[in-house]
Amino acid sequence: MSLSKAELLDVYRVMKTIREFEERVHDEFAAGEIPGFVHLYAGEEASAAGICQHLTRDDFIASTHRGHGHCIAKGVDVFGMMAELFGRSSGVCRGKGGSMHIADLDLGMMGANGIVGGGPPLICGAALACKRAGKGNVAIAFVGDGGSNQGTTFESMNLAKIWNLPAIFVIEDNGYAEATSSKWSIGASSNAERARGFGLPAARVDGHDFFAVHKAAGEAISRARSGGGPTLLDCKLDRYYGHFEGDAQTYRGTDETKKLRIDKDCLKIFAERATASEELQQDELDAIDAEVVALIAEAIVQAKAAPKPMEDELLSDVYVSY
Amino acid sequence: MARILTFQQAINEALDQEMGRDPSVILIGEDVAGGQGGDGEMDAWGGVLGVTKGLYGKYGDRVMDTPISESAFVGAAIGAATAGLRPVVELMFNDFLGVCFDQIFNQGAKFRYMFGGKATTPVVIRTMIGSGFRAAAQHSQSLYSIFTHIPGLKCVVPSNPYDAKGLLIEAIRDDDPVIFFEHKKLYAMEGDVPEESYTIPFGEAEIVREGDDVTIVTLAEMVHEAVKAADQLSAEGIECEVVDLRTTSPLDEETILECVTATGRVVVVDEANPRCSMATDIAALIAQHAFGALKAPIRMVTAPHTPVPFSDILEDLYKPNAEKIAAAVREVSEYQTWTQTTASRS
Repeated sequence: MSLSKAELLDVYRVMKTIREFEERVHDEFAAGEIPGFVHLYAGEEASAAGICQHLTRDDFIASTHRGHGHCIAKGVDVFGMMAELFGRSSGVCRGKGGSMHIADLDLGMMGANGIVGGGPPLICGAALACKRAGKGNVAIAFVGDGGSNQGTTFESMNLAKIWNLPAIFVIEDNGYAEATSSKWSIGASSNAERARGFGLPAARVDGHDFFAVHKAAGEAISRARSGGGPTLLDCKLDRYYGHFEGDAQTYRGTDETKKLRIDKDCLKIFAERATASEELQQDELDAIDAEVVALIAEAIVQAKAAPKPMEDELLSDVYVSY
Repeated sequence: MARILTFQQAINEALDQEMGRDPSVILIGEDVAGGQGGDGEMDAWGGVLGVTKGLYGKYGDRVMDTPISESAFVGAAIGAATAGLRPVVELMFNDFLGVCFDQIFNQGAKFRYMFGGKATTPVVIRTMIGSGFRAAAQHSQSLYSIFTHIPGLKCVVPSNPYDAKGLLIEAIRDDDPVIFFEHKKLYAMEGDVPEESYTIPFGEAEIVREGDDVTIVTLAEMVHEAVKAADQLSAEGIECEVVDLRTTSPLDEETILECVTATGRVVVVDEANPRCSMATDIAALIAQHAFGALKAPIRMVTAPHTPVPFSDILEDLYKPNAEKIAAAVREVSEYQTWTQTTASRS
């Protein structure tokens, strides 16, 4: 499943866009410019990119608290996303969802989710709709290690199995559910082992390695597309920031995040692999870096300049009709 | 052409006609076919009380049995609705909302608002309510007020076979999430039901009995107790008007207020527990908007603030009935304000 040069550049652009988006959101939040609760995906980019590289806009994903990366990888417009985080009417959810509910159903992005474990049942339904439509589309639930302990995830694995749904559960085990280590909170040896208990094929994947995620996802997704049913991917990865912005992260070891940025940077790992194989040149990556930095900076400028929602938005879109 | 059907048959017919009309309508729920994986009939149960019986034979894999995993399959119905299907999912007893409520009130109810108007979630959740079956505390509640509280949900509480069919067809065609409450004591009730497909709009209460003296506002099975009470009271010279809400969200505030303004005396009857209930909600509505028209304090006839008991003697005590309603009506009917009392003395 080798990727063309254009695809590799696209993957890098997606991962870099996520990283830059999150780093700049971190700064803007710290400066008091972004309200509410924000959970950053920086460090985990290879998972979103590795999975979503296989998807079209007719495939579905459901996300977690940490949903910006999944949105970007699924193609959601970063200008609309940034405006959403700033609570502006030009936001992708018109300023009514915010970071924790960021979504774009036009692209099959069924939402970040403020409820841990909220997504898996929903993607069973999307997968059922895909199965009935018979066009080979799939639905994917991203689930954190926290969500992996929710009953909804267990129930959904079982339902996906017995209904033979084109569903994939991607556990993004970033080491901590809020402040609690996944080494402590997950009783089984891994979520892959749990999934096998439900009768699902499962793979453990190094979530820092785009190519590993991409390969495992490719197998799972093509199985699902051809009627082979659900799979679980257990991606071990790391987040660079806290559970939420403002988290002092005193539950983490000294210099833990500093070391992660040196040893476990999925962008760096990707760039080194792609340049060592001479599939990509460093100057091509540098050019993407510059473009993405400018893009996100512009997204922030535009978000700040955008108007907040009109007062009548308070009452709109509760129902289609009432 | 109208025939006599039971409430249960009316619901089955509504499902049948909508499934026949629209291939995106599917049924999901525990035992809705009822024989999955066994050695006997595939269409063994048709739901625990047989409401969906026969639909599997007609529509095959569009009638989907589930494991007992309400969070997963109610959530799946909601997810499928956002992805283009029109699922009717059965939550067997509304008491089981505790094992799937997140998917209903945090997910399905809020998608459209949270996602800036992009989501459409045309799902119907059918669920049984009601005491009187000696089914005790976890299979007998009437929890419509909890769902009515949630913006984004619509709540339908039919009281008879005609309404059950028309309101269910309306619910299936509606683009918002609808909770459809079926009182289990009404399943055997018979009534005229047209054979053809028809809809009844939401938010339109029905005045099922006319009367000038006292308004009784009620819903579901209590409509029949209220009518029974009204018939008894008529012999005593008190004429009651009975308002059947039919839907609690949207709520037909206009009809309630018009009726109460005309009679000035009102009894609200609700089978559910009294606190934060439809009864208190309607009492508050009247107090806010029709206070000046009231000739007597608003009276509520509800269950007490207890779980539903098992033993028949206790459950009968628990549940509102025609006698309790009649007593409350007499009270508001006889009530005289200070000014009325003074006027009558002079």
